[in-house]
Amino acid sequence: LGRKEIDPGLLDELEEILVTADMGVATVGKVLEELRIQVKRRELADAGALRERLQDRIRALLPPPGPGPAWAPAPFVVLVVGVNGVGKTTTIAKIARRLQAEGKKVLLVAADTFRAAAAEQLETWGRRLDVPVVRHAAGADPAAVVYDGLEAAIHRGADVVLVDTAGRLHTKTNLMEELKKLRRVIRKKVPEGPHEVFLVLDATTGQNAVSQARLFREAVDVTGIVLTKLDGTAKGGIVVAVSDEMGIPIRYIGIGEGMDDLRPFDPDAFVSALFEREGAA
Amino acid sequence: MFDNLSDRLESVFKRLKGYGRLSEDNIQEGLREVRLALLEADVNFRVVKDFVARVRERAVGREVMESLTPAQQVVKIVHDELVALLGGRNRQLDLSGRQPAVLLLVGLQGSGKTTTAAKLARWLLSKGRAPYLVPADVYRPAAVEQLRVLGERIGVPVHPTDTSRPPVETAREAVARAGLQGLDTVIVDTAGRLHVDEALMGELRDLKARLEPQEILLVADAMTGQDAVNIAGKFDADLSLTGVILTKVEGDARGGAALSIQAVTGTPIKFVGVGEKLDQLEPFHPERIADRILGM
Ligand SMILES: Nc1nc2c(ncn2[C@@H]2O[C@H](COP(=O)(O)OP(=O)(O)OP(=O)(O)O)[C@@H](O)[C@H]2O)c(=O)[nH]1
Ligand SMILES: Nc1nc2c(ncn2[C@@H]2O[C@H](COP(=O)(O)OP(=O)(O)OP(=O)(O)O)[C@@H](O)[C@H]2O)c(=O)[nH]1
Ligand SMILES: [K+]
Ligand SMILES: [Mg+2]
Ligand SMILES: [Mg+2]
Repeated sequence: LGRKEIDPGLLDELEEILVTADMGVATVGKVLEELRIQVKRRELADAGALRERLQDRIRALLPPPGPGPAWAPAPFVVLVVGVNGVGKTTTIAKIARRLQAEGKKVLLVAADTFRAAAAEQLETWGRRLDVPVVRHAAGADPAAVVYDGLEAAIHRGADVVLVDTAGRLHTKTNLMEELKKLRRVIRKKVPEGPHEVFLVLDATTGQNAVSQARLFREAVDVTGIVLTKLDGTAKGGIVVAVSDEMGIPIRYIGIGEGMDDLRPFDPDAFVSALFEREGAA
Repeated sequence: MFDNLSDRLESVFKRLKGYGRLSEDNIQEGLREVRLALLEADVNFRVVKDFVARVRERAVGREVMESLTPAQQVVKIVHDELVALLGGRNRQLDLSGRQPAVLLLVGLQGSGKTTTAAKLARWLLSKGRAPYLVPADVYRPAAVEQLRVLGERIGVPVHPTDTSRPPVETAREAVARAGLQGLDTVIVDTAGRLHVDEALMGELRDLKARLEPQEILLVADAMTGQDAVNIAGKFDADLSLTGVILTKVEGDARGGAALSIQAVTGTPIKFVGVGEKLDQLEPFHPERIADRILGM
């Protein structure tokens, strides 16, 4: 029938592609295991069928996106967390931009009072977007900024409040405690808040992202993941392992440094991109 | 960093030692586990392949298999190969030649360049140099302000960069100004960029051509995964890096990026960043790290 036999080397090649995409040897082993047996038993017609089956298996590990954030009732409070430099502040600007386009009144809270010029960075975005930013002086208590931010949001009738936090390594217990405190402060003003807690993960990150997700989830009940910097050559495959273990939905991907460089997560596009080789484009 | 890798390798070696005499099968099995341990630590797939092949070649010989302590021999081979992979010995900055000396910091977005620029300035200050910090990131919101604040904190002057002008012009002026003010070490902080962004990589090639820096340092995040080889490979191909600074190593990163970058570029890791504070920068010592990875 002109069907191509499955070359036994193909499975090794697929293993290399997926490990190189940062899916992790354990997760890759898991998705390939069943396929190896099926290949041995000649249950898969050809290489095309094998690839398709593999993509299905990976997609099955990603939690269904569901309806997404409700962005209501107002003020809808979103806490954005993650390790240093992953793109939290920029992602907030991008989300604000999207919400604005939907006609929502957005307010930004600069609760990173630690990193040099973090508040100025968020303020600059606020100016570009024409969105108010609540900030305090450098070194102030982040909890106080959050408190003031929510107060301002209630006064001004903001629909959505996006809270930018300082980057912190998930292994620093005192800094993780500080996040819990921010959540408590939010609940003082908005009892059912934060309505969403977004964990920002950098697509260039390897296996460490699993540990990040575990510890941030433990501290603040992460409700969604944003995967940034997918515009590079990194594939972000580690979110498959994260999803497999924790089932946190992936909400958005970041594909650039501009305010329009945010897209809703598309599992099909993401999974097929895992198999794309560099230099092909 | 490296703790997890260390634990994994240790358990592999413990098993090998339990066998007493090693058969070729024992060694193959051990190497399979070494391979998994390295992959789980984010060492690049190809780098692992070469590494395991080299160790296998040395381990499956008579010398090891007939020795009285074959497992120890295997551990030693892995250790030697790790030290080699990590660049052998500590390399210092080389700031000799025309003064003021120029250091150019480059890397992906968010890797830690700006923070590291200030850390280096502080470190050089303590070594008796007179640093000048130059913000050449005119793109990221508040990047200039960030470096200005950090410079103020450590008492190092920061060039008053005008973000409406091209970074190359700014940097050239800054070097001239440093010379006039008797400052001998210019640290240029560049904007984060993707290695595949040809326009911005061109800007760095330009900066290199115009400034002739003594050191071009890639600032890379220790948590980087498999892509580390593509990133470092491209920066090195374009700029001929003189060193790497690995940041955020105080967390629980497994550190494979360190091994991969070194393997692909042959560029030594000169410092590691161990925290957000400006005194949290340490010289990198490959042999100590290899010892630690192998629990020695
Ligand atoms: N290429 C690319 N760069 C991005 C993306 N998102 C953010 N960045 C860049 O990554 C760098 C860090 O972004 P920030 O938003 O400051 O990251 P952060 O997590 O707030 O950093 P800290 O507050 O210091 O922990 C900046 O240079 C951003 O422009 C993305 O999707 N793609
Ligand atoms: N934990 C930890 N954080 C670090 C270290 N070095 C830098 N950082 C943090 O990483 C984040 C990014 O650092 P920056 O210096 O702004 O990174 P950058 O490369 O200049 O970023 P761009 O200019 O946007 O490309 C900040 O939150 C820093 O405080 C380190 O060694 N350990
Ligand atoms: K990509
Ligand atoms: Mg930030
Ligand atoms: Mg910077």
